[in-house]
Amino acid sequence: MGEMIKMVVVLTVLSVVSGGGLSWLKDFTGPKIENQEMNLVKGPAIRAILKDSEKDPVENRFKIQDGETERNIFVGVFNGKPDTVILESVANGFADKVGMVVAINMTDSTLRGVAVTTHKETPGLGARAKSDPSFSAQFAGKPLTVPVQVSQDGGNITALSGATITSRAVCAGVTKAIEKYNELKPQLEEKIKSMGN
Amino acid sequence: MAKSIVAEFTKGLWKEIPPFRLVLGLCPTLGVTTSMKNGIGMGLATTFVLLCSNILVSLLRKVIPSKVRIACFIIIIATFVIVVEQMMAAYAYTLFMDLGVFIPLIVVNCIVLGRAEAFASKNGIATSAADGLGIGVGFTLSLASLGAVRELLGTGSLKGDIFGFLPYHFSNIFGSSFEPFGFAVQAPGAFIALGLMLCAMNLIPSK
Repeated sequence: MGEMIKMVVVLTVLSVVSGGGLSWLKDFTGPKIENQEMNLVKGPAIRAILKDSEKDPVENRFKIQDGETERNIFVGVFNGKPDTVILESVANGFADKVGMVVAINMTDSTLRGVAVTTHKETPGLGARAKSDPSFSAQFAGKPLTVPVQVSQDGGNITALSGATITSRAVCAGVTKAIEKYNELKPQLEEKIKSMGN
Repeated sequence: MAKSIVAEFTKGLWKEIPPFRLVLGLCPTLGVTTSMKNGIGMGLATTFVLLCSNILVSLLRKVIPSKVRIACFIIIIATFVIVVEQMMAAYAYTLFMDLGVFIPLIVVNCIVLGRAEAFASKNGIATSAADGLGIGVGFTLSLASLGAVRELLGTGSLKGDIFGFLPYHFSNIFGSSFEPFGFAVQAPGAFIALGLMLCAMNLIPSK
């Protein structure tokens, strides 16, 4: 009996100490990890789509509450007007989730650009969604009202040859981002106004 | 006493060097050694986990009931692995991305659990720390040398840094006419490079 209690006590104490220590560590490293992600993964992609923005969109970002989760919104300023927002989005690709950033021009409701940030697609095939600029360039200027689909599905995006699944995933991610944008639009407009830029 | 601490440390460097003499921990050995940089990063991460878990297991060896010792060891090891993972993500993000799933997999690295079970749970703190550090440094050296061989053959140059410090860059070591042997940095190249290094090490008799 005594041994039984000892086992339970030792395991409990170990788990509690470990869990407590790790949750403190998470609070400590969380903001640093987010910064690293911003600088090394999302930052370059975001700056590439909004390279003419008068303010750095990575610095010029805010968080917005969307149900349970917080979303990062990046704002691009053109001709003195903060009229472009970037939303993050993910969709299921061929191998794993494909993460992307989607820039939307708020004034004329068009896509300003799309860039893939994280993926595990096949090098040389699906990976071109990130590396081949002519693929992502197709999205720029498309109005939000037209469904974003590859041409095989009746849309007007030419899929990467040999990587239709990845191309579909990018389209699905863009569609999700547009849906989210329409849903959050009033909140976004208010928030941008209150930023005063 | 001092002599045995030194002996425990040095055995990990040659006599019991993990991937070559013990042929343990082959999953990260084959998986991450596509470059010297990744090999060193993985080796140092494993060394940290080995050292900390050996010290803690040795410290708690009289408290841990023998029936649940493996569970306790795993909790301790897993905790330190998460510490390494979080710190690496916070301070060496590109390395963290390169190593990917192999960092969490240190939890199931048989070297770490093996040292906790076979050594730290039976010995004092100082010798356990020396043992952990020795095996860890040996593992780091093995991964670094295997990584260097593969990177050299695969790309013809060595390039990188160690956790953002000590950048090194040696390009075109074999001269500009060298055609990179891309096979060496792919998965089968890992087996062949490891096999050749094992063979070379076995040619040197161990005392």
